[in-house]
Amino acid sequence: MKPSPFQYHVPLTVDDAVTILNNVAPDDGHILAGGQSLVPTMAYRMANPAHLVDINRVAGVDSVGVDNGHLSIGCLVRHAAFETPVIDGPIGDLLPKVCHHIAHYPIRRRGTFCGSLAHADPASEWCLVATTLNAIIELRSVRGTRMVAADDFFEGMMSTARAENEMLVSVRLPLMKETERFGFFEFSRRAGDFGLTMVLAVYELAGGSIVNPRIGLGGVEDRPSRNAAAEQILAGSAPSDAVFVAAAEAASASVEPMEDIHAPASYRRHLVKAGVLSALRQTVQ
Amino acid sequence: MAKFDPDVSVIGQSVARLEDPPLVRGQGRFAADVSFPGQLHMRIVRSSMPHGRIVSIDTTATLQMPGVVAVWTVADIADIPPIGFRDTRVEQLEPYRQPVLADGVVRYVGEPVAAVFADDAYRAEDAADAVIVEFEEWPSIMTADVTAEFSPGHSTEAMVVKQGYGDIEAAFGAAYAVVELDLSVGRHSGVPLETRGAIARHDAVNDIIELHGAAKVPHRNREQLARMLDRPLSSIHLFEGHVGGGFGVRGELYPEDVLVCLASLRLGQPVKWIEDRREHLIATNHSRQQRHRIKAAVDRGGQILGLDDVFFHDQGAYVRTHGARVLEMVSGMLPGPYRIPAYRIAGHYRLTNKTPCATYRSPGRYEGTFVRERMMDAVASRLGLDRVEVRRRNLISQSEMPYERDLQALGDDVIYDSGDYAGLLDRALDRIGWPALLRQVEQRRHNGELVGLGLSMFVEKSGLGPKDGVFISVDPQGDIEVVTGGASLGQGFETVIAQICAGTLGCDYRRIRVIHGQTNRIANGIGAHATRATVMTGSATQVAAWKLRDRALDAAAELLQADRADLTIADGEVRHKNQRLSPCVALGDISAWISAHPSGTDAPGGLNAEGWFHTEHMNYPYGVHIALVKVDPSTFAVKVERYLIAYDVGRAVNPMMVEGQLVGGLAQGLGGALFEEFLYDDRGEPLSVTFADYLIPTLHEIPAVEVLLTEDAPSPKNPLGIKGAGEGGVNGAGAAIASAIDDAIQCSGAVTALPVTPARLMVLMAAAPKNPAAKDRSLSVADH
Ligand SMILES: Cc1cc2nc3c(=O)[nH]c(=O)nc-3n(C[C@H](O)[C@H](O)[C@H](O)COP(=O)(O)OP(=O)(O)OC[C@H]3O[C@@H](n4cnc5c(N)ncnc54)[C@H](O)[C@@H]3O)c2cc1C
Repeated sequence: MKPSPFQYHVPLTVDDAVTILNNVAPDDGHILAGGQSLVPTMAYRMANPAHLVDINRVAGVDSVGVDNGHLSIGCLVRHAAFETPVIDGPIGDLLPKVCHHIAHYPIRRRGTFCGSLAHADPASEWCLVATTLNAIIELRSVRGTRMVAADDFFEGMMSTARAENEMLVSVRLPLMKETERFGFFEFSRRAGDFGLTMVLAVYELAGGSIVNPRIGLGGVEDRPSRNAAAEQILAGSAPSDAVFVAAAEAASASVEPMEDIHAPASYRRHLVKAGVLSALRQTVQ
Repeated sequence: MAKFDPDVSVIGQSVARLEDPPLVRGQGRFAADVSFPGQLHMRIVRSSMPHGRIVSIDTTATLQMPGVVAVWTVADIADIPPIGFRDTRVEQLEPYRQPVLADGVVRYVGEPVAAVFADDAYRAEDAADAVIVEFEEWPSIMTADVTAEFSPGHSTEAMVVKQGYGDIEAAFGAAYAVVELDLSVGRHSGVPLETRGAIARHDAVNDIIELHGAAKVPHRNREQLARMLDRPLSSIHLFEGHVGGGFGVRGELYPEDVLVCLASLRLGQPVKWIEDRREHLIATNHSRQQRHRIKAAVDRGGQILGLDDVFFHDQGAYVRTHGARVLEMVSGMLPGPYRIPAYRIAGHYRLTNKTPCATYRSPGRYEGTFVRERMMDAVASRLGLDRVEVRRRNLISQSEMPYERDLQALGDDVIYDSGDYAGLLDRALDRIGWPALLRQVEQRRHNGELVGLGLSMFVEKSGLGPKDGVFISVDPQGDIEVVTGGASLGQGFETVIAQICAGTLGCDYRRIRVIHGQTNRIANGIGAHATRATVMTGSATQVAAWKLRDRALDAAAELLQADRADLTIADGEVRHKNQRLSPCVALGDISAWISAHPSGTDAPGGLNAEGWFHTEHMNYPYGVHIALVKVDPSTFAVKVERYLIAYDVGRAVNPMMVEGQLVGGLAQGLGGALFEEFLYDDRGEPLSVTFADYLIPTLHEIPAVEVLLTEDAPSPKNPLGIKGAGEGGVNGAGAAIASAIDDAIQCSGAVTALPVTPARLMVLMAAAPKNPAAKDRSLSVADH
């Protein structure tokens, strides 16, 4: 449980970080953010990076701001920044609710929102939030900046559209309207464990009907995803338990769940049903 | 916490632990805190193959790496025998002993194949990664349901442990009903916060090997090491520092302990090894995994006429230091508090390609209680009787004590020394408010909740003999040293011994220094295992303290020119019993005076005494566990809402610490019931190698445990009446929680295997017949 040897770099600006990353990435160089995923994998020698680019001293990337209808989250913003609402309105309420399910407080004090996205664990809460809310991810390299939609960003189990020389500089979450409602479900074996299934349900209520429903599932398949089957049933319907049950069943029938020692596929499939239903019921409570 | 009250005997008071000040100030000295100048670090190369032949081990690259001093394989230690059995010689098991380094064949993932020694722990790990081992894979055996060849001429069934008494055939012939169950307990174990560690150095001046990081049984391990290294006993010493949890697994003799000792001698430098967590989860003893096929013959009223059990013990790859002890304890203790006129048990001891198993807190009893208490519930259900009533009808009564069964456990005849089992059951039901609780549960169930109550009863054992001795001495300043051969795994050994010494002698327990786990201070000791330390070392301490008290009074009578009968000892001084103002003399002054005026009968060195305690038989504490659980119908998660442990400890030296033992034990028992399990894939690859996979319950999962500590049945086997407290919190937990889950899902007998994970409970509930709440539970209740 001692990592193998690596070279350690400490840039102070985003430009320096990107330049160093560009130099070392081909030689198995990686960014070190909160270290809450990377360091354990190094201790287990499942990751043996030759270079670490520690961004913890980079200036100007540790704040949350509102920018053009989006909540903009810099790459050194820790999970713990969202323990309480960072802004009024539904998204301000949603983030703490989700945040409390991420690991334990000491881990939340170090781990970063953007690090979670870069790491792309299928059971990451922030990856689910990013996917469900259509986040935009800002990637910077020596060649410039590009913006990638969350839907295009997550490509599979711990794999993303980020090129190895790109740094995730920020993520932008669209602000939610006052008329938008949400519900969040997560089940893990113990408090603080990665969820075996997570569901984030969001929709707008217009004239008594559900508009723009988004049912995001996390921890079920190899990446977070929206569930079209459930969304189809919800769109245009009035919220009711019967509709919620139908959506939950549709979601459950449409997934291809992963298996691991904590949950066979059949159990995850069941949790999807229970989770979608629970998340939807919260929207009317 | 009670404050120390000098006017009341300190024995029985919940005084603060002597151990805590250094621990809470960060002055602890755990294995990893021990370092010696010039030390090397050892890293073990472990088998990645569950079962196979070692074709080659290539160390060329490793030897070239910076800082590497040596790499050993079995060829380098060919003179060292496999690790033997600690207490018993069982010839039949010898072919199954574990070699210190794999000898041509590997039998589990994690088995030590080579040892790398380097000047730095990081370099040692880098170098170990560079050792190339080529294996020829053999099919692996991953279940104890089958047998195969272990080695030429030896089956994987190493032995069958059989016990029994009474006419079992007649019992079944006369039965009104026969109840049969097929029950399993999962593979889990003690997972202390502190992993193992061993630091050895060779003192060339005196030719003594010192092994630091010892725990549990330092004296016994010293004897074993001397035999294995073929050295005189006096040339090896073991030293115990702080131990961050033992639970049975820590402190046994493992390959790494032997390797550091040998390396310190042969490489001429101190050698340090600290186990990492992944290693711990695959290298340190596992436990518990068994499958029982049990039958009970019962009469119409629910009396058990006979119990017939065949069980299969999944030992893993080798037989370790305990030999067949877990099986012996299962077979000797399974009948528990019930009368059971006829009994037959056969335990099949079978090897598989997993980490070897041995004892873990309440070994054999956690398993046996689960099996027996599942049976009691099944009998009640079969006959349509109340669960409590069926138990009550079978309990051994107080008037039958001492109760001898024709059974053995730990090589000792099982004779229950004292106990009022029905009395404790009544007190437990009363404390939890059983009738009201039943009504509450009924009401909540009516409202759609899946809640249930479960209970279990058990008999524990403690105070394994045969003997233990201590040496007490008073220094001129009046501080008292108690040198023991006991060991401390963090359980409060020092405090308990100090309380017994202080209470017997008449002094402040805080002026007592308790020495343990240092083989160079005392020649004998059996350490801390089998819930024996307080009973055995505590009783020996009392004997020595009595002697010391006598000597002090004799000397003081002379010094004070008083009648000895008028004198007493209080607060570390000998005084007149009645006249408060008359002259008195401090114990320290008496000690100094004796040193200066030795008489023929005094041991040298002042006021001191040696005391021994002998016992022929163990004693038997007992308990009742009651659990209230709730099953979440949408996730199948089980939440333990309330938990009561009722336990008769005979006499509690420090009730606070007894409660701590019970509550801590429950955390582990609950882990084994709901969370903890070492899983493997079909090929033999371990799947539970991190704390993300092997789930230990945390504060969030453990309820506030209620403890009813009683002293109704002191042990007649020792003067204080003490019985042990170490294992009563874990013993009945699997059984009580299983019983409560059955009740919650209204399906008696549903739980046949531990741990009950949500995924398994989903399957159980889907299969459960005609339960009214069973429609589609996932849709029936809102949550979160
Ligand atoms: C016990 C435990 C429990 C946990 N439970 C949960 C949980 O329930 N839910 C959950 O979501 N997470 C959980 N985590 C993980 C935790 O949230 C991590 O903080 C998170 O996954 C990664 O963020 P980090 O800042 O620590 O990233 P690091 O560990 O530093 O990095 C992770 C990966 O992302 C890359 N990376 C990081 N930042 C950037 C960047 N700005 N640009 C490009 N690449 C980058 C790194 O190179 C590395 O490959 C848990 C962790 C632990 C130790």
